[in-house]
Amino acid sequence: MSRPRPEPIQVVKQRRDAALNALLESVPYIRFLDVSFDRRGDELTAQLNFNDKHIGNPFLPAIHGGVTAAFLEITAMVTLNWSHLWERIESGALDPDEMAKGNLPRQPKTIDFTVDYLRSGLPRDAYARATISRAGRRYASVHVEAWQDHKDKLFAQGSGHFVMPQDKVEKK
Amino acid sequence: MADKTKLARQFIEAIPHAKELGLVLQDIGDGMARISMPYDEKLIGDPKTGVIHGGAVSALMDTCCGAAVMSHPSAPGGTATIDLRIDYMRASTPGQTITTKATCHHITRSVAFVRAVAMDDDTDRPVATAAGAFTVEQGF
Repeated sequence: MSRPRPEPIQVVKQRRDAALNALLESVPYIRFLDVSFDRRGDELTAQLNFNDKHIGNPFLPAIHGGVTAAFLEITAMVTLNWSHLWERIESGALDPDEMAKGNLPRQPKTIDFTVDYLRSGLPRDAYARATISRAGRRYASVHVEAWQDHKDKLFAQGSGHFVMPQDKVEKK
Repeated sequence: MADKTKLARQFIEAIPHAKELGLVLQDIGDGMARISMPYDEKLIGDPKTGVIHGGAVSALMDTCCGAAVMSHPSAPGGTATIDLRIDYMRASTPGQTITTKATCHHITRSVAFVRAVAMDDDTDRPVATAAGAFTVEQGF
């Protein structure tokens, strides 16, 4: 009896996917832009599923700069929230079924967000990954990179600051 | 000059994503643009409060800043965003229209500098501000 048996893979995957889905499904704007997420363990990759409605300049055509900004911000926010909730999802403190019913913890709030437009966004799917440069108790700093055909040829990058929800203060 | 404003107006109104967001061009000309985004449930970012997603505000800001550049007397044609920074001062009030006013305060042959502010019904307290740099294109 050195350590407990690891959970079966299906149980682990089901719990993580259900929790992630609950987070994404709860936000109408993520559905409006049609952004989906790919999960490998705790690592997330966002995908902007191209649609003609994303076009900003119909003559080129190119993805709207606002769509790119929103895509990066969604990626940053979801990645930060996911990492913030990860331990509570793994420990069972957060129940994915309850989350799906709308009983979700409060999200981080964006303080500021900056986007660098490196190339024009082509009319096809885009991908993005965020890295959390620092996650403090009150503030977090997140960097995001987005690409289309080539991972090493970014079409946009962004960075932003967030205020973390103070869940424990509510006990008072 | 009137033709330029008309051209910029037509260009803005033809943007597919602007239509999708329900943007309404209120005023444009001389390097200034005012665009509003009526409240819509599909743009909600926080389901608990019904507050609009920051991304939708970014898209509104970006469109408005681009419109301001194109309407500037020294801008020969279209524009693209080089960089845009947005500060979110407070959550917009659910149910209220968000209106952005952008000003292209300086333009060179290659770069246009823009500032913008977004408000809801409480015009004393801005929802967000933006600052950005845009390209100056020779044509559309």
